[in-house]
Amino acid sequence: MELNGYHSGDAATAASDDDEAAGPKQQPRPSREETASSGRAEGAVSEGSSAAERRSSSSSAARQRLDSLKRGRPPFPWFGMDIGGTLVKLVYFEPKDITAEEEQEEVENLRSIRRYLTSHTAYGAAGIRDVHLELCDLSMCGRTGSLHFIRFPTHDLPAFLQMGRDKHFSSLHTTLCATGGGAYKFEEDFRLMADLQLHKLDELECLIHGVLYIDSVVPSECYYYENPADPEHCEQRPFPLENPYPLLLVNIGSGVSILAVYSKDNYKRVTGTSLGGGTFLGLCCLLTGCNMFEEALEMASRGDGTRVDKLVRDIYGGDYERFGLPGWAVASSFGNMMCKEKRESISKEDLARATLVTITNNIGSITRMCAVNENIQRVVFVGNFLRVNTLSMKLLAYALDYWSKGQLKALFLRHEGYFGAVGALLELLNPS
Amino acid sequence: MAGHSSGTNRGSHSMDKSITLPPDEIFRNLENAKRFAIDIGGSLTKLAYYSTVQHKVAKVRSFDHSVKEADGDPLYEISVQEEITARLHFIKFENAYIETCLDFIKDHLVNTETKVIKATGGGAYKFKDLIEKKLKLKVDKEDEMSCLIKGCNFVLRNIPHEAFVYAKHADSEFRFQTTHPDIFPYLLVNIGSGVSIVKVESEDQFERIGGSSIGGGTFWGLGALLTKTKRFDELLQLASKGQHTSVDMLVKDIYGGAYGSLGLTGDLIASSFGKSATADKEFSKEDMAKSLLHMISNDIGQLACLYARLHNLNRVYFGGFFIRGHPVTMHTITYSINFFTKGEVQALFLRHEGYLGAIGAFLKGAEEDNPNQYSWGENYAGSSGLMSVSPDLNPMQRARSGTFDMLEMDRLERQLVNLPLLQDPSSYIPDTMDLTEDALAREYWLYCFEEALDGVVKRAIASQPDMPEAAERAEKFRQKYRHKLQTLRNQPFAYGSLTVRSLLDTREHCLNEFNFPDPYSKIKQKENDVALRYYLKVVKSLEELSWEQRQFALVRGLLAGNVFDWGAKAISDVLESDPEFGFEEAKRQLQERPWLVDAYNQWIERLKGPPHTCALFFVDNSGIDIILGVFPFVRELLGRGTQVVLASNSGPALNDVTNGELQILTERIAAMDPVIHSAFKEDRLTLVQSGSSSPCLDLSRLDKVLATVVRERQTDLVIIEGMGRAIHTNYYAMLSCESLKLAVIKNSWLAERLGGKIFSVVFKYEVPPKH
Repeated sequence: MELNGYHSGDAATAASDDDEAAGPKQQPRPSREETASSGRAEGAVSEGSSAAERRSSSSSAARQRLDSLKRGRPPFPWFGMDIGGTLVKLVYFEPKDITAEEEQEEVENLRSIRRYLTSHTAYGAAGIRDVHLELCDLSMCGRTGSLHFIRFPTHDLPAFLQMGRDKHFSSLHTTLCATGGGAYKFEEDFRLMADLQLHKLDELECLIHGVLYIDSVVPSECYYYENPADPEHCEQRPFPLENPYPLLLVNIGSGVSILAVYSKDNYKRVTGTSLGGGTFLGLCCLLTGCNMFEEALEMASRGDGTRVDKLVRDIYGGDYERFGLPGWAVASSFGNMMCKEKRESISKEDLARATLVTITNNIGSITRMCAVNENIQRVVFVGNFLRVNTLSMKLLAYALDYWSKGQLKALFLRHEGYFGAVGALLELLNPS
Repeated sequence: MAGHSSGTNRGSHSMDKSITLPPDEIFRNLENAKRFAIDIGGSLTKLAYYSTVQHKVAKVRSFDHSVKEADGDPLYEISVQEEITARLHFIKFENAYIETCLDFIKDHLVNTETKVIKATGGGAYKFKDLIEKKLKLKVDKEDEMSCLIKGCNFVLRNIPHEAFVYAKHADSEFRFQTTHPDIFPYLLVNIGSGVSIVKVESEDQFERIGGSSIGGGTFWGLGALLTKTKRFDELLQLASKGQHTSVDMLVKDIYGGAYGSLGLTGDLIASSFGKSATADKEFSKEDMAKSLLHMISNDIGQLACLYARLHNLNRVYFGGFFIRGHPVTMHTITYSINFFTKGEVQALFLRHEGYLGAIGAFLKGAEEDNPNQYSWGENYAGSSGLMSVSPDLNPMQRARSGTFDMLEMDRLERQLVNLPLLQDPSSYIPDTMDLTEDALAREYWLYCFEEALDGVVKRAIASQPDMPEAAERAEKFRQKYRHKLQTLRNQPFAYGSLTVRSLLDTREHCLNEFNFPDPYSKIKQKENDVALRYYLKVVKSLEELSWEQRQFALVRGLLAGNVFDWGAKAISDVLESDPEFGFEEAKRQLQERPWLVDAYNQWIERLKGPPHTCALFFVDNSGIDIILGVFPFVRELLGRGTQVVLASNSGPALNDVTNGELQILTERIAAMDPVIHSAFKEDRLTLVQSGSSSPCLDLSRLDKVLATVVRERQTDLVIIEGMGRAIHTNYYAMLSCESLKLAVIKNSWLAERLGGKIFSVVFKYEVPPKH
């Protein structure tokens, strides 16, 4: 992917305190294109992993720590964590500009963590490194390296803590910046199980800072769908978020939060809804017996929601012109399921599709009302509900455009669910 | 557990069908039906028709006074005449009965000239052929939404306690709102299978500003899939027993507690069904149904709030089959609205929500009769009232009580409007005590009305000595009214807020229903006759007093006159046992000053100042009250140069003087008294009718003519007399001019409640605050 013409802009804020970060800024580059298969991506990472370093001593660890502090940056490792209701999102900065001296002094524990994270793409039963999102050659706080994006289910957190304990994470005396509800809920567990003190951060603040940062360092981070109603001509197009304010930021995780953002530090939570990604998956599990997000999405992609939902045309025979309702619009989600015969005639895939459409349209509808009430035209959707979920993204794009008569534009970000974790990492590097 | 409950339900459904139909008690007055409309929903049919009702009214006619001198001849003649008034009937029944009902209607449809039946609702199409075949009427379909809005406007305008706030855990679940003539703009959120959000700006102007596909159909459809429960009612029952916290992911499940910085408490739902995203756990039907109910109610509530905010509306009414009197959904919607608006907007529900479509369709077909030009009143005798459909109620019971439901509205002869002198019409509440909320008071008054029933029955029979079947009718009246009292004991909210006024009005409606239009006519006639003989004597003795003495005597006269009240039990006992109980005797019964409420000194000070321009006097009883109490007082006002407007009831209620009677009395007094004569002739003394036939007084529903007169004469003093008008109602009414409220408390319970004894005096003189 070519990155010509890119200006780092706000990225400077992340490293501006570092007087030694002079010289031309390096362009960060995503490790692979969107379409990269996980196999290729995996290869890319092992390429990037440096040779083994063996030596270590506790005195050099102390020196490194001092050195970092002197330069106004925290000691490695650099993590940002977002512990949500369903998923834990972890970002890890892997320095690639390690000097020979540093390498010699790098403590064993630190090295082992770095190697463990960067040489795998899957961790435990359900931990995944989203290789396609990795940002290479990224300059942060005067250091150059790769930013890795890792996620695992929140219910696997105990295993993660066990690993932290096994790898003596606490001996590194690092600050672990964490946000999301789990930072509060599991604070005690971190302390007792892994001897780690969490630095808790507000999730909305982290989210906004993360979005602004990533958008500023990744040129094609933000995009929209052109012709969302037309499957033949529907295409992703980059959208430069140069002057992003005001902005409606819709974070779709297990639940949904809607924020109005007026500047980096001026924002408010407009509202939220409990009908979010958790609802989609929860209902799908009950209705179809599946238990994975990917599986539910896959079923949805093969199903036909119009057999489950009652459409306007099912009631009025066509458009309900008096009220400007098109025949294809859903009049009643799951409305056909009131009837026994129809309940018996639909497939699991149909149900998954209807669930997806119901949740997505509802988010679109609440978002649109908030945008109108707050007088904001630009809407950015983030959150892991949108991960590999083009169906929902196109639906949101279309619904927003159609019902607002072209007034509203739905924007999406490639790093979907990781902004909270990125925001937490930024807080580590630049405490406010 | 689940198996058990669904088993019970199945049993009850087969029971439903065995209920027999007593159609003549339901399709009342069908012989005189003129026009029809029908609204067929998913499970219920609502039929509307318009009929003319013949009923008896009492009339008084003056004798020729020139020949009348002989003692013993009555003052005026009482006659009972037939009058034809218009009535709207609305009947609701399950679709299963539709064929039986159509057959019955066909057999009884004699007088109608109509050729079409207006129809609305999703089922109108399905049953079109059946209706056309059975009734030989052409089915004319009307748009559902416009019918709904038309119906909504109609009930809001004509039924004072139509709208209510639902509070599950309060002493009274239903808190009725006083609706005001100015009903626009409002938001109607109709939750059918989907949701429509409609902004209504005027009678003919409304707009569907939004909606949602997540509605009643989602609850039903998704609920049926999740719980394998087929019926909507059963799903609601399941939901009412479930625990949503086992299925929903709460804020505390994510945070371990509250999300303090955002003010989100730990118990809030962060993700509906968020805990069910697992393959290795079973969830109970009840819990899933509850979670689903919360999810849908919250979502609708949130959207409603967003639309209300965008359009700056704070009156939001909810309707549709999802709501329709179900306490479970009313509660969750109320909760959601409270949460999303932080209490700024209240969720409002409607007593006759299920009838809106039928009413609207009917009105569309009846436009040539101009139903919207009249005022209409709910007939308590012919309406079933609001039923509690508690989900805990045995489903069989519920099915039975909900099988047939009726609403009757009478066309009022006069158009009713606000008294122009109300300080704030939008906050005016006529009734002093809300018996729906005050259980002790409710208990007392229900007992009181039941105790008085024998006397009322006796009086009703005595009022029609020439009619041998009067006793039989009176007995039917007794049964009906007793049944109403019984209903109100169990469901005090059946007809809106329960008040002494509504108890009195219900009794009048029941008496009328059995053709006892004026049980007190003979007593009033006799009392008026006796009192007139004393009039000149009383006036003469007053004229002999000094100014100060006279003012006090006049007020005492008014109060003593007010002791004569057949409506109060204590008095009717005395009067019946001792007919010679006289004016002087009454004065002796009065409490000495200082009275229970005593503003007499302020009143006298005011009288020393300039005269009032015009006084509006709401009079009370016949006989001594009006003749020896009110007229001398009016005479004094006239003497000061104040014009006087006497407002009396349009129709009979207890022993209250009616406009017809007052006309004759005034003429008779004018014939004796030159002061009254000249004032009456020169129109300084004017008689108007109140538009009401109640012993109480609703200042927001008064005759339009009265309002005009009040405005034209620049009325600056309002006098309200008697327990019914000044204590049970209007005690706290705020007027924009000076007012006198006076009454004798002739009920020891009420007197004690107000901190006094029986025959305590209330003399309230109020001056509005200067701006």
